[in-house]
Amino acid sequence: MFDTLLPYLLAGISVGGQYAMIAVGYTLVYGILRLINFAHGDIFTAAGFFMVYLAAAMPPALAIPLVIILTVALGFTVERVAYKPLRSAPRMSIMISAIGVSYLLQNLMWYLTGGLARQYPVLPGLGDSIQIGSASTKVVTLVTPVLTVALVVALVMLIKRTKIGMAMRAVSVDFETAQLMGIKINNVISFTFIIGSAMAAIGSLLYFTNYTAVTPTIGAMPGLKAFVAAVFGGIGSIPGAMIGALIIGICENLIKAAGLTMFSDAFTFALLIIVLLVRPTGLFGEKTTEKV
Amino acid sequence: MKKKGNLRLILSLAVVALLYGAAVLVEHTSGSKSMVVTVLQKGAVYALIAVSMNLLNGFTGLFSLGQAGFMLIGAYSYAILTIPMAKRAAVYQYYDGGIVQFTIGLLPALLVAGVMAALFAALIGMPVLRLKGDYLAIATLGFAEIIRAFVQWDAIGPLTNGSNLLKTYPTLKTAMPGNTLLFTFLVVGVCIGLILLLINSTYGRAFKAIRDDEIAAEAMGINLFRHKQMAFVISSFFAGIGGALLAMYQGSLQANGFKSAMTYEILLIVVIGGMGSVSGSILASFLFIACSEWWLRFLDAETMIGNFQVPLLAPGFRMVAFSIVIMVVVLFFRKGIMGDRELWELGSRRQAKGGGRNK
Repeated sequence: MFDTLLPYLLAGISVGGQYAMIAVGYTLVYGILRLINFAHGDIFTAAGFFMVYLAAAMPPALAIPLVIILTVALGFTVERVAYKPLRSAPRMSIMISAIGVSYLLQNLMWYLTGGLARQYPVLPGLGDSIQIGSASTKVVTLVTPVLTVALVVALVMLIKRTKIGMAMRAVSVDFETAQLMGIKINNVISFTFIIGSAMAAIGSLLYFTNYTAVTPTIGAMPGLKAFVAAVFGGIGSIPGAMIGALIIGICENLIKAAGLTMFSDAFTFALLIIVLLVRPTGLFGEKTTEKV
Repeated sequence: MKKKGNLRLILSLAVVALLYGAAVLVEHTSGSKSMVVTVLQKGAVYALIAVSMNLLNGFTGLFSLGQAGFMLIGAYSYAILTIPMAKRAAVYQYYDGGIVQFTIGLLPALLVAGVMAALFAALIGMPVLRLKGDYLAIATLGFAEIIRAFVQWDAIGPLTNGSNLLKTYPTLKTAMPGNTLLFTFLVVGVCIGLILLLINSTYGRAFKAIRDDEIAAEAMGINLFRHKQMAFVISSFFAGIGGALLAMYQGSLQANGFKSAMTYEILLIVVIGGMGSVSGSILASFLFIACSEWWLRFLDAETMIGNFQVPLLAPGFRMVAFSIVIMVVVLFFRKGIMGDRELWELGSRRQAKGGGRNK
C-alpha cells in the first residue's frame, strides 16, 4: 500500500512546493493591493521561456541568475505599466487590467515562440534520478520542499524584522495611513512584485524540471492553483500559502493515484469553494470586519 | 414625454429591421461562406453572450467569471438533444450509441440549452453568491473549470461522449441554408430584447441599485440574495442559449474549447463596449470578432513590399497587436466605447444629465 502511494506522495510534496513558490506572489500582492494578479501565472511561464532561450546561449550557472533578473524586471514592468495607473480606480478595473495583461502575455509568448512547445533544458544536478525506498524520482523532488521551507522562513524574517517588511505590513493594513506616515507606497508595492516574481522564477526552475514542455498557456493552471492555495492558507499569510500549496499538491496526486486524473484540477476548485464558504479567512488568515 | 418615447421605440425597431434586411441581403449577394457572413454570425453570437455577461457584471455589479461554463452546458445540451438518431451510433462510437435515444426540434433544444444552464446556475448560485467581489470571481471561475472536467468524465460518457467530439448535430449551415444570418440575428435579437426589457423593469432598477451600493439597496428593502440569484440565473440562461448558438456556428463541439480564456475574451468585450451598456457590448462584439477574424489578418502574413520584408509581421502578431489595443482601452479609456449609456440615448444626453449616476 505505502509502496504504491510513495511515488504519488513524493510528487505531491514536490509539486506542492512549486505551487507554494507561485502562491507567495499571489498572497503578497493580494495582501497589499487586494488584487488577484491574474498575470502571475503568465509571469511564471515567461520565466520558463527565459530559461529555454538563455540555456541555449550560456552555461546554467549564468543563465539561472539572469532568468531571475529578467522575470523580476517583467513583474516590475507589469506593475508599473498596468496596475500603477489604476491605483485610485475601482478594484474591478485593476482586476480587468490583470486579465488583460494575462491575455497580452499569452499572445506575446505565442507570437515569439511560434506556439510550439519548447523543451526545457536539463539543469545539472536537479534533473538526475535517485532512488528513495522503492520509488525512483528526480533530485528536484527532494530539493523543492527544502528550498521552499528555507525561502519561506527567509521571507517571514524579512517581513517581520526588516524596515521594508514593516512598511509592507503597514501598507497592507491601511494604504492611506501608511502613505501619511511617510511610507513610499509605490516603492513598497514594486518591492512586493519583485519578491513575488523572483519566487515565481525559482518555482519555474523547479517546476519545469519535472514537466519539461513549456507552452504559452502552461502557467495558467498552476497559477490558479497557487491562488487557491493562497486563499486556503489565508490570504496575506506566507506560511499559510506554503501549507495550503503542499496540501493541494499532495491531494491532487492522491486523486491521480485513485485513477481520477480528470478531477485533479476540479478538486482544487471544489476545495476553494468549500474553504470560501466555511472559513473565508483560510487557515491562517486574519479576520476582517466589513465597513459600510 | 410618452409620445416621444413611442417615437423613439418605433425608430429603433425600424433601424433594427433595416439592419436585418441588410444582413439578409449581404448573405444572398455574397454567399454563406464569405468572410462578412462568418464575422456577422460569430459577432451576433458573441453579442448575446457579452450582453448576458454585462447583465451580471455591468448592471448587477457581480463580478462573475463563469460564463464559459454555462455556455458549455448550453452547447452540450443542445448538441446532445439534436444529434439525429441515425448518426448517434457513429458519434457515440465508444459508448454504444449513448443513452439519450430521442431527438427534439431545433428551437426547443435551444430553449432547453438555456434552461439547463439556468438550472445549474441556480444550484451554483446558492453557495457562491454569498461571496463578495473577487472571491465571487474566482469561485465562479472554479465552477466553470469543474463543469469542464465533469463533462469529460468517462463515467458520464454515454451522456456527453466523454472527451470525444460531438458532431453532426444541426448547424447554422445545415439547418438554415442560405438564411443563417436571419436566423442568428432573430434568436439573438429576441434574447437581447428580453434582457433589455428586464433591465428597464423594476427588477433591472433593483439590479443597478445593488451595483451602486449594496448596503443602501438592502436598506431600501431590496432582497439582495434573491435579486443576485435572479440576475445570475437569467444571465446564465442567455449564456446557455449563446453557447448553443456557438455550437451551431462551430459545427462540432469539444469541452476543452470552453476554457477560462473564453470567459476572459468575453469580459474584455464587455469592458471595451462599456460596463453597463447593452449597445456597447453589441458593438464591441462585432468589432472584436471582425478585428480578430478578419481586419487584422494581414498582420499574421509575412509581407514583402518590393524587396523589403515588413518587420514583425508573422503568425501570432495579430493577437499581440490586438491585446495591446485592449490594454490601451483598459488603461486609458476605462469607460469603453459607450460608458454606461446606450446608443439610443445619445440624442437625449442634455436632458438626462441631471439624473445620471453621480460618478
